Amino acid sequence: MNALDLKLLRDLWRMRGQAFAIVLVIVSGVATFVMLISNMDSLYLTREKYYQENEFADVFASLKRAPESIKQRIKEIPGVEQVETRVVADVKLDIEGFSEPVIAKLISIPDTGKPLLNRLYIRKGRLVDPWKDDEIVVSEAFAEAHGFAPGDRIGAIINGKWERLVIVGIALSPEFVLQARPGALSPDYKRYAILWMGRNALSTAYDMKGAFNDVTLTLSLDANMNDILIQLDNLLYDYGGLVSYGRKDQMSHRFLDEEFKQLRRSAEIFPAIFIAVATFLLNVVVSRTVSTQREQIAALKAFGYSNLMIIGMHYIKMVSLIVFIGVAGGIAVGIWFGKGLGNIYMEFYRFPYLIYELKPNVALIAALITATAAIAGTIHSVKRAATMPPAEAMRPEPPARYRKTIIDRLGIARMLSQPTLIIVRDIGRRPIKSLLTITGIAFSCAIIIAGTFSSDAVDFIVNVQFRLSQKDNMAVTFVEPVSRNALYELQGLSGVEYAEVFRTAPVRLRFGHQSFRTTLQGIEPDGHLRVLLDVNLKPFTVPSSGIVLSDYLGALLGVRQGDMITVEVLEGKRPIVQVPVAGLVEQYIGIASYMDITALNRLIKEGSAISGAYLTVDSLYQTEIYKRLVEMPRVAGAIVREDEIKNFYELQAEFFLFFTFVATILAGTIALGVVYNSARIALSERSRELASLRVLGYTRAEISYIFLGELGILTLASIPLGLFLGRGLCEYIARALSSELFRVPAIIELSTYSFAATVVVISACLSGLIVRHRLDHLDLVEVLKAKE
Amino acid sequence: MVSEAVFRVSGLTKVYQMGEVKVHALRGIDLEVYPGELIVLLGPSGSGKSTLLNILGGLDIPSSGCVLYKAKDLTKANERELTEYRRFHIGFVFQFYNLIPSLTARENVAIVTEIAQRPMKPEDALTIVGLSERLDHFPSQLSGGEQQRVAIARAVSKNPEVLLCDEPTGALDSPTGILVLESLERANRELGTTTLIITHNADIAGMADRVIHLSNGHISEIISNTIKKSPKEMHW
Repeated sequence: MNALDLKLLRDLWRMRGQAFAIVLVIVSGVATFVMLISNMDSLYLTREKYYQENEFADVFASLKRAPESIKQRIKEIPGVEQVETRVVADVKLDIEGFSEPVIAKLISIPDTGKPLLNRLYIRKGRLVDPWKDDEIVVSEAFAEAHGFAPGDRIGAIINGKWERLVIVGIALSPEFVLQARPGALSPDYKRYAILWMGRNALSTAYDMKGAFNDVTLTLSLDANMNDILIQLDNLLYDYGGLVSYGRKDQMSHRFLDEEFKQLRRSAEIFPAIFIAVATFLLNVVVSRTVSTQREQIAALKAFGYSNLMIIGMHYIKMVSLIVFIGVAGGIAVGIWFGKGLGNIYMEFYRFPYLIYELKPNVALIAALITATAAIAGTIHSVKRAATMPPAEAMRPEPPARYRKTIIDRLGIARMLSQPTLIIVRDIGRRPIKSLLTITGIAFSCAIIIAGTFSSDAVDFIVNVQFRLSQKDNMAVTFVEPVSRNALYELQGLSGVEYAEVFRTAPVRLRFGHQSFRTTLQGIEPDGHLRVLLDVNLKPFTVPSSGIVLSDYLGALLGVRQGDMITVEVLEGKRPIVQVPVAGLVEQYIGIASYMDITALNRLIKEGSAISGAYLTVDSLYQTEIYKRLVEMPRVAGAIVREDEIKNFYELQAEFFLFFTFVATILAGTIALGVVYNSARIALSERSRELASLRVLGYTRAEISYIFLGELGILTLASIPLGLFLGRGLCEYIARALSSELFRVPAIIELSTYSFAATVVVISACLSGLIVRHRLDHLDLVEVLKAKE
Repeated sequence: MVSEAVFRVSGLTKVYQMGEVKVHALRGIDLEVYPGELIVLLGPSGSGKSTLLNILGGLDIPSSGCVLYKAKDLTKANERELTEYRRFHIGFVFQFYNLIPSLTARENVAIVTEIAQRPMKPEDALTIVGLSERLDHFPSQLSGGEQQRVAIARAVSKNPEVLLCDEPTGALDSPTGILVLESLERANRELGTTTLIITHNADIAGMADRVIHLSNGHISEIISNTIKKSPKEMHW
């Protein structure tokens, strides 16, 4: 090892505290980057592998009833590779000891005993015996939520008949990685289940012998998806086919896609902030180190070392070493966090396994971004020192220049004590440095807000959705549209206080080149239980004609109030009509469109049918009402609002905790890093001044005031800026993360602001304490001897 | 001498542990300093004069021996008492001035008068050193000699019992150094401040009441000047 490298190691060791603080900040940045990217890559990889191994279908279609012979015709469509017909039914479950309504999707398993497509991954037990009529396989999430094991029994109302079913296996399916009921707020594993049963038993129950009501296909690689969907729709039209769709509209797949998109955006936002702060810190520390070493640099140059090659490289090596340690640590922590995050995601995404993958280029990119940013930031200060003529550099630095400032001119200076004046003048002398320090600390404050605000926003969403918009406490849906008379049956149940009907229809909305598949919901215009809200959250009445879109959907389609859009109904007679957009409404969860129920029925040409009803019920009768609903054959299921909210919070809580925890740790690190480094730099610049004051009779407390006062002022000044930046960051994140699943409004509670400010103040105090310790051990004699 | 001694030093030693080597900076010093005296400590580098001055100033603690400031034993004083001692009784002048760069000349003096018990006005102190015209200049706007005179004004402004000066002219050229010495001499004469000056420069010895030669941690010689030279008569 040459002498210069030895010097480098010793210098680094001497400034290990500062170096460590910078390393921590880099670790934070790289760890966030690695965590988010690797988690996303892992989820992608896992999904691909899982889909492939389990033959996830490419195309899906439901219909009323078609003879099995149609299967052959589907097979003949060019590009179709494999076809599997199924019988699918929605059923109500009756679970002992759980009185709330549970609904399930019951899917047939072919007579061969093994699905061809969408194969099950058996976790426990076995597949059903295709010829037994009481065996079922249940989805793992549901089994876990109720603690079911193979051998347990549950009751189900299958086509109006109560049946006892035996669980023989617990399984996962690529079709239900995200196992959520259509239209649900979030997955509800307790109240929504996926069940598989032998086709023979199921078709007997639903009169589907030799027929099917659901079909899935795989396509060859070169197949034209759109052509196939059109041909399939034409073929199934006569059999009550709902419009078929590809993977991108398959619910579980689409939700995953949306979530992956959000992940990718987060992976872009957060690491950028950390790396910017780390670069700033490195820059400050290195330029300071270089200027304290100007005499050494001059001596080296006097010995004949060249500017750039030796001295430049020397400092670049120093920075690179810090960056290297930071990046290595960041990757390690990132993998650890990434796996942790992956495990949390596995609660939501029911994959049989998670293949954790950190692509080598992710680590490389993290290292490159950080190193480039840090070295670029360093080059400037090194250049300045290296180009100074040695003779000049060897002279002691002249006293720092100060000028009269505004406070002198206003006469305020006279009123301040000298120690306070020192603080004020020092801040004023280097406004850019002070501003950068303030900005650095402010960013840590902002990051905490950004990491924490989501829980505020979710509270807000829930409040809007369930207190202002959805005022029912139970929503009942029918197996298929029924006459309005069914409402009287519901109203007749004891405990039902009030009821309103609704009608839903699957539709595709088109405007220009944009199209979107969603549900069109017909509601009662003068209803009280389903209130649409305008952008100011004021009630919006559905007009007697025209369609109302959620504002996110409006933006997706690029429509404004008054535009004509094309509505394609995807069931029944599949009418296609032009409808004016009557207005846009605020909706944070899901994407829906609304119409006056009468107008919708007119559009569908189906008389006065209803799909279900919203109820308000007396809570005393709730259990009784569930029981009655389960017994009603036409009722497909009921959703209880309170359960939905409770379940939503239970599932989200873990996510919020994780993100708040990570954001707080990382932001605290930044605050600590910035304040500690500022303090250490200030100390090395001012130890002489402070020691002189000690010699002149100032106490430790008095010089601490001078020294820490500046940091205190900078920290306090950074908080308002931090809160402001935090708000901006939240708004950016809210925009970037809005998806079909939900839009997060940038709502920040006062408690979040004060939490962020508190974390910053505590971090600053900690740094202050560490440095204060050094202040107490200033060498008074040494400082008088040393040259400026 | 009629009055009570300001400092009474006896058997003073100081040993520094430098790695594995022991450095004997002071090897048994006995000395008495009387009020109003101007003493010059002469000696080569490493003779122990700075160590002695630091101990007298409450900046360092001896290995053995006794240092009495009036009745107070400095060797038994704790950190807080030493700070108080420096604050109220001692004025320091350093070779490199040690001014606070962010404060003007006036404010650099005020930083001491604000915490002193019976200070003079900063303007008066600066007048003594001939800087009444430079009150609002920052250190970076002052020459080396001017900076050192601000340091002297700062030291005398609290009306200390003792003024300790470590190579006050060490960084200055001869004419500037003479101006600085004049300021010191004037403070000593007009305010009666006991003054100890460390120097390499034997020419300065002429202005002292007593000249103490140190070598190798011992006092080798003490010379009393019957006739004191004025700094104006010096040159080097």
